[in-house]
Amino acid sequence: MIARLVAAIAALVLATAPADAEPVVVGSKTFTESVVLGEIATQLARSSGAPARHRRELGGSRVLFSGLTRGDIDLYPEYTGTLRGELLADRDIRSSAELARVLREEFGLGMIGPLGFNNTYALGVTRETAQRRRLRSVSDLRGHPGLRLGFSNEFMQRADGWPGLRDAYGLENPASGMQHELAYRALASGDIAAMDLYATDAEIAYYDLVVLEDDLGHFPRYDAVLLYRLDVGERAPEALAALRRLEGAIDESTMSRLNRLAKIGPTDEAPRVPEAIVAQEFLASALDVRSEARATTHWDTLGRTTIEHLQLVAASMAGAMVIGIGLGVVAARVPASAPPVLWVVGVMQTMPSLALLVLLIPVFGLSPLTAIVALFLYSLLPIVRNTHAGLTGVPAGVQESARAIGLSSAQRFVDVELPMALPMILAGIKTAVVINVGTATLAALIGVGGYGQPILTGIRLDDFSLILLGAGPAAVMAIAAQLLFDLAERALVSRGLRL
Amino acid sequence: MLEVVHASKSFGRETALRDVSAAFPDGTVTALIGPSGCGKSTLLRLLIGLIEPDEGRVLVGGEDLRAADLRAVRRRLGYAIQSGGLFPHLTARRNVALPARRAGRDRAWIDARLEELADLVRLPASALARFPAELSGGQRQRVALMRALVLDPEALLLDEPLGALDPLIRSDLQRELGDLFERLGKTVVLVTHDLAEAACLAPDDLLLLREGEIAQRGSFRDLRQRPASDWVDRFVRAQFERVESLLAGGAP
Repeated sequence: MIARLVAAIAALVLATAPADAEPVVVGSKTFTESVVLGEIATQLARSSGAPARHRRELGGSRVLFSGLTRGDIDLYPEYTGTLRGELLADRDIRSSAELARVLREEFGLGMIGPLGFNNTYALGVTRETAQRRRLRSVSDLRGHPGLRLGFSNEFMQRADGWPGLRDAYGLENPASGMQHELAYRALASGDIAAMDLYATDAEIAYYDLVVLEDDLGHFPRYDAVLLYRLDVGERAPEALAALRRLEGAIDESTMSRLNRLAKIGPTDEAPRVPEAIVAQEFLASALDVRSEARATTHWDTLGRTTIEHLQLVAASMAGAMVIGIGLGVVAARVPASAPPVLWVVGVMQTMPSLALLVLLIPVFGLSPLTAIVALFLYSLLPIVRNTHAGLTGVPAGVQESARAIGLSSAQRFVDVELPMALPMILAGIKTAVVINVGTATLAALIGVGGYGQPILTGIRLDDFSLILLGAGPAAVMAIAAQLLFDLAERALVSRGLRL
Repeated sequence: MLEVVHASKSFGRETALRDVSAAFPDGTVTALIGPSGCGKSTLLRLLIGLIEPDEGRVLVGGEDLRAADLRAVRRRLGYAIQSGGLFPHLTARRNVALPARRAGRDRAWIDARLEELADLVRLPASALARFPAELSGGQRQRVALMRALVLDPEALLLDEPLGALDPLIRSDLQRELGDLFERLGKTVVLVTHDLAEAACLAPDDLLLLREGEIAQRGSFRDLRQRPASDWVDRFVRAQFERVESLLAGGAP
């Protein structure tokens, strides 16, 4: 009877499991066009009946591509020029047929598209600069080696970006990297004279910029495509079929218009439109698809990011407290181990947080675990150092007395050393938690949410209220965490040590 | 009976004790004196096994410390140091109770013992609830004595027991401590740098150390009237008048 029941349940579980399993996960890069395309793809896939989820603003091209090959995401919008000139630059791919073959055979990836627009790179200057310096083409910049250039960070690094452009045109201008949206403002304020543009950027018209002609033909075509894992074809063939309807469906002026709606708004005065609504309206008008837009309010965002942020901080701090206090105790009890232990956790602390995150992606993927491990490593140093200092700082006379009255080593630790080191240990934890809450905002760079997400989106959309929606609660959480540990100190530390 | 036999001890290149033999019979009060760095604290710490001799042996009740269960031996000895070595995070009561609690004594036994000891060292009951930082220097010293005595040890080992006190309180407490030793009738070994204090607390047995060796052992009278060397004579004379006046003032 029981055996039959178990068998029945097992059969039921096996039968239902694949049905609502794994949604198609769509990724997007940290700029508006990518988010809009990601939203369009997500809603279109969903309209076919397949479950789909959009992980917005995950990072740059390399983060997305490695996330796709690892299986953290199933699909994301990419550009052929980026694939040939950057991601697969070492392959020297000559044709789109060859590109499709390499992606399929070497990476297990398929390509939908081109979607219909060529979002090539370009250099842009203000109309005033163009007229005063008589700039029409990129070659004209050679006559003005003093002009400062400001480029998006990815463009600064990419083989097909500034390094290639500089060599192709023999330019000697000083260039610095900055966030793409901030570059527009630097250009408007005159801090830089020229910047890199995407051909479909809404700001070109908004700021009345002049696009310099690529007269030497340096930039390749950047035809937008959707890259997907081949296993999506088996898991959700209906989603793939629906997505193919996007081939050739978005021309350059359409994409520019969608970008403008999402970044600036339908008119200069009207508020900008959430990407989800932009995508929904596009699908309805261009493909006659009715889709569900899941627009979020600030309150939704605050609630979700608070939970995400708390999870990141709580998990990493719990680990750091257990391991950190443990390492501090070892360092204090085995003096020979102290220099190497303190050195190793010290080195962790000096690693730039962004680099640490990216280094951990190949190991843990675009998952919260990557962020938690990075935050854990960051929080170790103050805890280990203070635990060690607190334990070794117990006065010699007190330690000697503890031995002389006949306490065992374990009793000395529990009765004397630990309670006396506690204020120091808690101070280390407080330092760690403040660093942790602040650094956890960087988790948004790998798309695992938290308060960093509204901050990133706010920077991208030039929306100060969104930045505050992330920065404000992060500050409040840091203060709250510190208060919590102040209370713990009151409850745990002997009054005798506070006299 | 506590005993060191041909004990030597060095800290790095510093020789703290060189081939020292000394016995401390039951019921005697001995003061270890000498200038700082002479090895008197080292000798005391050898006796309770806080440090081990490089050469020679230490015997407590005939038992060689190298083979002994040190924790058990330490429970048979009471130890207190300058400024008490009290645990700042525990109240006076819990400071005194800790060795007893960890030796497995029950609450009722500890409470009764605390009352008895507070009487013995004349500590007001209200002081027991305070933390060391809330006590006066004299009270801290009394609490340290209570903690040393709580397990009713065979011997008391005291390192500069009055060293951290100001002179007035010090001379009062000195007399009280002398009375206490008499009433307890225990073996006492105490370290002091002050000849007057040594003469007052242990007039019959002073052990004078110089550079890790015993310069002379005997009563205060012996040291004063029959110094074993010029150095002993000079050491005693240096503090002579002060000691005389103190003894004339009515010391035991």
